[in-house]
Amino acid sequence: MKNALTSMNALITTRRWKPWELALWVLALASPLLLARHALIINEIAIVALFAVSLDLILGFTGIVSLGHAAFFGMGAYTAALFAKLVMPDPLVGMAVAIVVSTVLGAVCSMTIIRGSDLTRLMVTLGVGLILMELANKLDWLTGGADGLQGVVMGPVLGRFEFDLSGRTAAWYSISVLLVLFVLARRLVNSPFGATLKAIRDNRLRAMAIGIPVTQRLSVIYTVAAGMAGAAGALLAQTTGFASLDVFEFHRSADVMLVLVVGGTGWLYGGVAGAIVFKLMQDLISAITPQYWTFWIGLFLVVLVLVGRERLIRPWTWFPRFFGRPKA
Amino acid sequence: MSTSHNETVLSAQGLVMRFGGITATNNVTLNLQRGARHALIGPNGAGKTTLINLLTGVLEPTAGRITLEGQDITELAPHQRVRRGMVRTFQINQLFDTLTPMETLALTVSQHRGLGGKWWQALGSNAAVNQRCEELLEQFHLTSVMNQATNVLAYGKRRLLEIAIALACEPRVLLLDEPVAGVPAGEREELLQTVAALPADVSVLLIEHDMDLVFSFAKRMTVLVNGTVLTEGTPDQIANDPQVKAVYLGHGEEAGHAQ
Repeated sequence: MKNALTSMNALITTRRWKPWELALWVLALASPLLLARHALIINEIAIVALFAVSLDLILGFTGIVSLGHAAFFGMGAYTAALFAKLVMPDPLVGMAVAIVVSTVLGAVCSMTIIRGSDLTRLMVTLGVGLILMELANKLDWLTGGADGLQGVVMGPVLGRFEFDLSGRTAAWYSISVLLVLFVLARRLVNSPFGATLKAIRDNRLRAMAIGIPVTQRLSVIYTVAAGMAGAAGALLAQTTGFASLDVFEFHRSADVMLVLVVGGTGWLYGGVAGAIVFKLMQDLISAITPQYWTFWIGLFLVVLVLVGRERLIRPWTWFPRFFGRPKA
Repeated sequence: MSTSHNETVLSAQGLVMRFGGITATNNVTLNLQRGARHALIGPNGAGKTTLINLLTGVLEPTAGRITLEGQDITELAPHQRVRRGMVRTFQINQLFDTLTPMETLALTVSQHRGLGGKWWQALGSNAAVNQRCEELLEQFHLTSVMNQATNVLAYGKRRLLEIAIALACEPRVLLLDEPVAGVPAGEREELLQTVAALPADVSVLLIEHDMDLVFSFAKRMTVLVNGTVLTEGTPDQIANDPQVKAVYLGHGEEAGHAQ
């Protein structure tokens, strides 16, 4: 009985909200007020963070490598923009529609990714992104083609909070959507369902041998992640009032993977941390050398991989001679 | 002999498995009775693991039929066969390296009880699942390491977890592929006693090289050589079978001469 309690606690403490988590979210929600002049970049960070968290669900927790995650981001962005332009300007309704549409797209695409090896899967994800970008380009009567979808006017959030030029409403809106979806994702990865995903990631053969329907689980999580990526895309379109072909670009799929690698996979907060680091670096470096900021990002990534994330954030372990030997 | 012992639970008929030009399994017919303690023996390369892979659906047979509880399962996916009560262990540990033994067993028990699709409740919030995990951890001496990542566990503990995972699925048919390989001699008996102590209606097929263990465990034995069934019978019959002696002792004498 005593044992039963201790083990139960061990499983439950991992899912319980820790004080630093609560502090982080309070800080995030306060940031548009505290850093009012930087509301625009805070908004961008929240969007990238949501996009990266959605990728973490499939890459970090399930082990599906995708180079076409921007397909769903773009689908969400265009859906939200078109909905606002053609149907109604309410952001929350538009958000819901964008999530539904990109979830459906994810469900369709999931049928292709559950077959084949890792490499074929990678190619398929890449292909889907390219197909959608070309579609958005060709259907210019609807999407505006290469000029992008302009003239999107968003209504106020909850009928009350207008999107302002300073971007403060936008930042709060994006952080709120991020928080809601993050809480759902957090719940999911700590559930029995989430545990079976990790089992599939760690050992697919054994996952099957304990009765886990592997292909079904893969398609479910791929679909969920697609819906979440769509929400991130919708945030971008709604807060900028614009959608362009750029949302489908390959570099967006690659960037979000970099963000996740910077922050760490299989952890959910990796997406958030990566988004903060990546976006701030991009902002700072491009202010200094507008042309060459990708060089410095590249250098940072190489150093990160060579040195290791754990050591990079613990500078005192770099020179053990001066700071005493680190514990083995 | 009671009638229940004559009831076939798992049956393989005329199984053939060809990899290119090599025939790994050649027309194997094997019947496992309810409550069987059945051993599958044979020299290395006889096709024992291939047979397990065919039975569990990891490999698709070139020809032949497999039935479980009278139903044809030849076309079923591995996880569907598990759902029908057939569970295996692996010769080489197949574990979830980044998870702890507690997490591993909790997710296995949850999956077995139909909770594997639940995404809203937390793992560890179901008291019945937790209690079952506790029993398994206790039974397999894993309680002291239950919160360590599996990939840092000592080999012996990993091997115990390998078996514990299978039993967490509450099998009706259990296929054990060299379960005590690499387990220290002192712990082998105990591990097999755990298996022997399974409910009397659970059928067990054991692959094992240690002949002392095989003869102390099995009530019935099948000898596999070069992908074909050489013979089947009680341990006494097998021990006195001249063909089996030729296969095993023949090898032994050759090895003896070589030294």
